[in-house]
Amino acid sequence: MDNVILARTLFGSSLAFHIIFATLGVGLTFMILIAELVRLFTKDEDYAILAKRWTKGVAILLGVAIPSGTIVGVMMSLTFPGFIEVVGQVIALPFAIEIFAFFVEAVFLSIYIYAANRLSSTMRIISVFFVALGATASAVLITNVQSWMNTPRGFDMIDGQITNVQPWQAVLNPAFSYTAVHVVSSAYLTTAFVVISVGAYRLLRGNLSAREVSYYRKGLMLALIIGAATAIWTGSTGHKAAVGLHHYVPVKLAAAEGLFETQSHAPLAIMGTPDPEANRVVGGIEIPGMLSWLATGSTDGVVIGLNEFPREDWPPLFVHTLFNVMVGIGTLLVALSVGALLWRFIFKKNPYPNWLLLALVPSGAFALIGMETGWIFACIGRQPWTIMNIQRTADAATASGNLGFIFVLFISLYLLLLVLTALVMRFYFQRNPLNNEFQMTTSV
Amino acid sequence: MHEAYVAISIIWLFLFLYAIGGAIDFGAGFWAMYYYERKDTTAANFANLYLSPSWEVTNVFLVLFVVALAGFFPGAAFALGSLMIVPVSLVLILLTIRSAFMVYSYSVQKYTKLLRYISGITGLLIPALMLTVLPIIIGGFIEIVGNRHYILFDKVLTSPTVYAHIGFGLSSQLFLSSLFLSDYAREANSNKTYEEYRGKAIMFGPIMLSFAVAATLTLMPEAMWMVENMARQWELFALSMFAFSIGYSALFWPSKKVRIGQPRVAVILIIVQYALASFAYGWAHMPYIVYPELTIFEGLTNLAMYQSLLWGYIVMMAILIPLFIWFWRLFLKDKRYITSEK
Ligand code: HDD
Ligand code: HEM
Ligand code: HEM
Repeated sequence: MDNVILARTLFGSSLAFHIIFATLGVGLTFMILIAELVRLFTKDEDYAILAKRWTKGVAILLGVAIPSGTIVGVMMSLTFPGFIEVVGQVIALPFAIEIFAFFVEAVFLSIYIYAANRLSSTMRIISVFFVALGATASAVLITNVQSWMNTPRGFDMIDGQITNVQPWQAVLNPAFSYTAVHVVSSAYLTTAFVVISVGAYRLLRGNLSAREVSYYRKGLMLALIIGAATAIWTGSTGHKAAVGLHHYVPVKLAAAEGLFETQSHAPLAIMGTPDPEANRVVGGIEIPGMLSWLATGSTDGVVIGLNEFPREDWPPLFVHTLFNVMVGIGTLLVALSVGALLWRFIFKKNPYPNWLLLALVPSGAFALIGMETGWIFACIGRQPWTIMNIQRTADAATASGNLGFIFVLFISLYLLLLVLTALVMRFYFQRNPLNNEFQMTTSV
Repeated sequence: MHEAYVAISIIWLFLFLYAIGGAIDFGAGFWAMYYYERKDTTAANFANLYLSPSWEVTNVFLVLFVVALAGFFPGAAFALGSLMIVPVSLVLILLTIRSAFMVYSYSVQKYTKLLRYISGITGLLIPALMLTVLPIIIGGFIEIVGNRHYILFDKVLTSPTVYAHIGFGLSSQLFLSSLFLSDYAREANSNKTYEEYRGKAIMFGPIMLSFAVAATLTLMPEAMWMVENMARQWELFALSMFAFSIGYSALFWPSKKVRIGQPRVAVILIIVQYALASFAYGWAHMPYIVYPELTIFEGLTNLAMYQSLLWGYIVMMAILIPLFIWFWRLFLKDKRYITSEK
């Protein structure tokens, strides 16, 4: 493999690994905050147990999220030094501010975990609020750099030299507003569905005491409400992101939809393969006028096609599939969670029949796949550019040798940690069954 | 002062904070392993009591350093990035194993021993490996072909100064962490543990100092320019040595609270020692980031970015310092916490 491909694969897989843990960290801290608040108002100790067990989950996840984040942070300089040269001159601020968010999160998390018994209950909620805030802020700030890569602003490029730098203008680039909310909403969504999966699986497996069933149902219900709300929210922010692409990065939208000819009444193609010879998507389902309507608000709006751009500036066309998977999963998750909630409120007697639980079990995996395909789409859909229309990926990559050997090392490490973390989670929650916690709360 | 000097001083400060924090962190991880099976002392508990709330915060200082370096000196990215990819990747892998296994060890009681050995030993290797970067960037080990930089690994692996640096890394973390933990144990009125760590600090102090001297002397054949520059900073190095002597002797001063020794004085003076020595070292390094390729002036970012970053860091530190003080009180002073795990 050539060096550039290796550098991309190494960096891309490190990110794909980091975000599993990071996204769940962002989402779980948010859910802990919600559980603490619900408990404050209902005085129901089960929510304290939920918060406590999720907190343990966060502590384990962060054991991998933090070093893997350190890996991507450092590795970005190692594998894409050309990119860092530009970042350092134009968009270094969000990285710098992100450290602030990391500090806030790390300090308050320690306080929340290790000093909880010495804090008043208000102070405890304030601490967990700052944990959630720090985690969410770090997601927003990293997304800021990513959005800037799509819509670079805040500098002039004259003969390959960067001049007239305006750091804040770079931060406030047009893609930021819509990408940031979409990333945050999808992080919350992903975690809610992972929790839904676990809860549904537990209830389905049975063999639980009445007390345990009641506990798991509360957890499942809370996660379903958060899941439904964030799924709808994610759909709407995703729609805004697509409209944003239409305005600012039309080539990416064209690749996502497999649209070759610029046209009004552009159809929406679902699945299928974009075929440059046929100038259209073959083998998919077409909804006439739908794309124009989604992107511009009216079926006779004009959407720009790939043919407007030189071939060598096209992203790989398979991003169409990545995009479809993400959107498909988003739609599916809305249907699942809203459907489950409706069922719950209509049929109060048997709130969670087994077939419904069975349908909910894989939803967490779907959400994770949606999150991964979304990011991979965002990054590969930007190709061949690292910084849109400014810097090609080939010019950003490292010239160093030795990458192959390093690549094998990192991939093995990621596989090992994926397996071990799952085992540790399982082991911990089996060894510390709910009954222990019930006894602790009743004896206090 | 030229902006490049302001920026490099901030980098130095961040690196110094991480060097001290990291040394204590990795050292404490090692002691948590070393004393794990010892029933006669609570030394392992103290190490963990310090580590569990603080390792994440310490790690953020590492990221702070890297991000500040890339932000202020983007021009250094190409040279450092292609040069450092192997050693830094190894550090990253060790760091990940160490943190993950440490967290695992808190969660899986059945395998705590194995997990703690893995995290203790990988942690111990990290500062040692990090310090090998120092001799590499001051020359003698790099070959430049076209615009590619290569590390001459065969030369690195056979060079005495690299091993002296590794020894310095190992002994520094053991010295700093035992010294710090002795003070921590004294704060919790745990006299036995205090004595245990005090003993270790007394042992590793002179070892650390000898390695520091050896690391400098063995630099001569590789980077004479650096040694000459360091000689010009002799006042600072002398002051640093002086701080060490007083600080080390404080471990033998009489005390009302414990049998013997004033560990708090020792900790403070030893930190002063490291600050002086590392500042003098950094000063001697100037103006090069990578010798003789790259100077701080070539690496520096533009003025607009420099100013926003500077203000950003000032505001950030102003907000964070009170937070750190609160953190310190909760975990390093509060008797309810530090006497909880006995
Ligand atoms: C489970 C997660 C998830 C789900 C269900 C969705 N998304 Fe998404 N999407 C992401 C997770 C995500 C992401 C991982 O967060 C991305 C990658 C980069 C980014 O900014 O957010 C993303 C990017 C992203 C982009 C590209 C932005 C860019 O490249 O600048 C668009 C246009 C959409 N999404 C649109 C949608 C639509 C219309 C959805 C319909 C329901 C949808 N997403 C569901
Ligand atoms: C966090 C989730 C992310 C994932 C899973 C992800 C995935 C990927 C993948 C798969 C690639 C390789 C692209 C290719 O080979 O065609 C890549 C490249 C890259 N990504 Fe992302 N990305 C993520 C977020 C980000 C963010 C937030 C940034 C900016 C700070 C970023 C910056 C880059 C850079 C610099 C490259 C290399 C240059 C390039 O290929 O364009 N990525 N990413
Ligand atoms: C979807 C994208 C991402 C999300 C949601 C995310 C979120 C997080 C979170 C929650 C943490 C733990 C913070 C803490 O407790 O200290 C973390 C750590 C980290 N992340 Fe990510 N991250 C993302 C992508 C990236 C990318 C692309 C980079 C680098 C280019 C990055 C760099 C880091 C670093 C350096 C750390 C370690 C900080 C520390 O030592 O505490 N992250 N990230």
